[in-house]
Amino acid sequence: MGAEPCESFPLIKNILLLDSEGQRVAVKYYSDDWSTLNAKLAFEKSVFAKTQKTSARTEAEITMFDDYVVVYKFVQDLHFFVTGGSEENELILSSVLQGFCDAVGLLLRNSVDKRTALENLDLILLCIDEIVDGGIILETDGSAIAGKVASNGIDGGASLSEQTISQALATAREHLARSLLK
Amino acid sequence: MAQPLVKKDDDRDDEADYSPFLGIEKGAVLQEARVFNDPQLDPRRCSQVITKLLYLLNQGETFTKVEATEVFFAVTKLFQSKDTGLRRMVYLMIKELSPSADEVIIVTSSLMKDMNSKTDMYRANAIRVLCRITDGTLLTQIERYLKQAIVDKNPVVASAALVSGVHILQTNPEIVKRWSNEVQEAVQSRAALVQFHALALLHQIRQNDRLAVSKLVTSLTRGTVRSPLAQCLLIRYTSQVIRESSQNPQTGDRPFYDYLEACLRHKAEMVIFEAARAITELSGVTSRELTPAITVLQLFLSSSKPVLRFAAVRTLNKVAMTHPLAVTNCNIDMESLISDQNRSIATLAITTLLKTGNESSVDRLMKQITNFMSDIADEFKIVVVEAIRSLCLKFPLKYRSLMNFLSNILREEGGFEYKKAIVDSIVILIRDIPDAKESGLFHLCEFIEDCEFTYLSTQILHFLGNEGPKTSDPSKYIRYIYNRVILENPTVRASAVSTLAKFGALVDALKRVD
Repeated sequence: MGAEPCESFPLIKNILLLDSEGQRVAVKYYSDDWSTLNAKLAFEKSVFAKTQKTSARTEAEITMFDDYVVVYKFVQDLHFFVTGGSEENELILSSVLQGFCDAVGLLLRNSVDKRTALENLDLILLCIDEIVDGGIILETDGSAIAGKVASNGIDGGASLSEQTISQALATAREHLARSLLK
Repeated sequence: MAQPLVKKDDDRDDEADYSPFLGIEKGAVLQEARVFNDPQLDPRRCSQVITKLLYLLNQGETFTKVEATEVFFAVTKLFQSKDTGLRRMVYLMIKELSPSADEVIIVTSSLMKDMNSKTDMYRANAIRVLCRITDGTLLTQIERYLKQAIVDKNPVVASAALVSGVHILQTNPEIVKRWSNEVQEAVQSRAALVQFHALALLHQIRQNDRLAVSKLVTSLTRGTVRSPLAQCLLIRYTSQVIRESSQNPQTGDRPFYDYLEACLRHKAEMVIFEAARAITELSGVTSRELTPAITVLQLFLSSSKPVLRFAAVRTLNKVAMTHPLAVTNCNIDMESLISDQNRSIATLAITTLLKTGNESSVDRLMKQITNFMSDIADEFKIVVVEAIRSLCLKFPLKYRSLMNFLSNILREEGGFEYKKAIVDSIVILIRDIPDAKESGLFHLCEFIEDCEFTYLSTQILHFLGNEGPKTSDPSKYIRYIYNRVILENPTVRASAVSTLAKFGALVDALKRVD
């Protein structure tokens, strides 16, 4: 008797970046649990409604519904969510969320708001791509993630030095300067 | 000069709704994608267009098969550019488009070239893209490169290959099994995440071979584990080995229990928690084995981080189902969680207390819960109601205060599922606790006087019809039932009439009603 043992590696079910009204800024799903667009939108609506009135600004918050655990954090007008299965280690999910938030903070040079995110959507999408691959966690360290996105070469070493970060951010600044308007 | 018709407020709204994608339209962007065919590629412009395409897809826009094919072919032209930023976007785009087998062939040689590129970023990403979009036949062609990549000096490249291996294992296991040697080597990597990914892949390859998994666990629990994630994996695999082995008959200690217990002192919280949870889930776990795990979980209960409190209280809640006594030490910490801002945590705390509380604490608990109920949503309330039901069955002598509590909340605001849960609980208590029958039936009668849910009224009337006649003084219930005959909608009236009929049939003394 007891809970089903979790023998597999930790799996992420989705990563969501929504605005302060629950609209999508950038989302990525890694599970067939939501096979249609409507199913995904319904999930986003639920998760947004459930967490709207809470205050997840200083510390990451957590909630559970259906068979999912969702950890989340709000920064300015952006809502960050990471979802796992109900038996997942909540602290692992939380470390993925932290990596995501930290990386976005670095890439947007601390202007973590919807407008800046949309103006740098390419960076956000690349960022998400460097965190999880098909549900498997690639990296949880924010500066490592940001480094992989912004630099055009990857160090052989494990962590990035301050020097490399500023090189990386110089490239990010280039992206920022580009206007996406017609 | 004309006065602007737009009010000041509207200006501010425009500012807030500003988006670089305002007015974006699929057809227009697909037209723009024609710049991919230019002989002189403008990398910036192309990256912008890809971003817009990705934005559309992200917002739920779909491409028709024809559109997707056209975009895909156009994107493949972009391999001609040496711009690394653009190449990243190309990789992303290819993955999103999920090309079909015959489309994939077009990009295979470009991707294979990138897989052997001097630029690490190209190698890592090309591997991920290729493995995502190819099938078995192509995989055998690139297998050599993947095996090399697994033991590549660059950890990002190695991780890319290993993670891709895990995915490929689902569809082409025979291919990935040939990489065992390289994967073994990668498990010894000094790069933290490479070891994590290698461990995950190696276990997947070997998972049906009990002996192999056991050997893997034995060597790693004695070796160096370089990341908290890898440590968590090892804990899970260790639990699997423990489950599949039998207890050491001499000492009576489980194999590897010491390893799990040592992990409780790891510096990473995710490892401590994984180990504590693993211990609580050991089959046939003893109180002695549980104690160190529960101590650690108890500390988490007072953490400032909601995630930690939640994880701990959820685990303790499960333990309380089978080992309530082991959790009673945490009762004081649990009680302070009843007022936790996070209502999931508060509900879990209450339901745990309801499982671990003893008879004397019931009254105090009920008082605390009464204040708590108004604060939480229906779905949480239902969980609490069910826990109270179990508590009452555990301490039948306490039925009075628990039944009062249930009838009070029945009178308050609430949705159908919630009211139904309460009614079901009262019905169960009536059935299982003879002393509670009279007060229970009485509370149900009072409820149907003012019940907005036809389904519940009819269920209760039906139940009254079965139980009422068996009580010492059935006539008490007649008034309530009769009022329903007069005052309700047709469905309820019909139900009330049949109930009266049952009373009439079963209770001789009532056969003549004035």
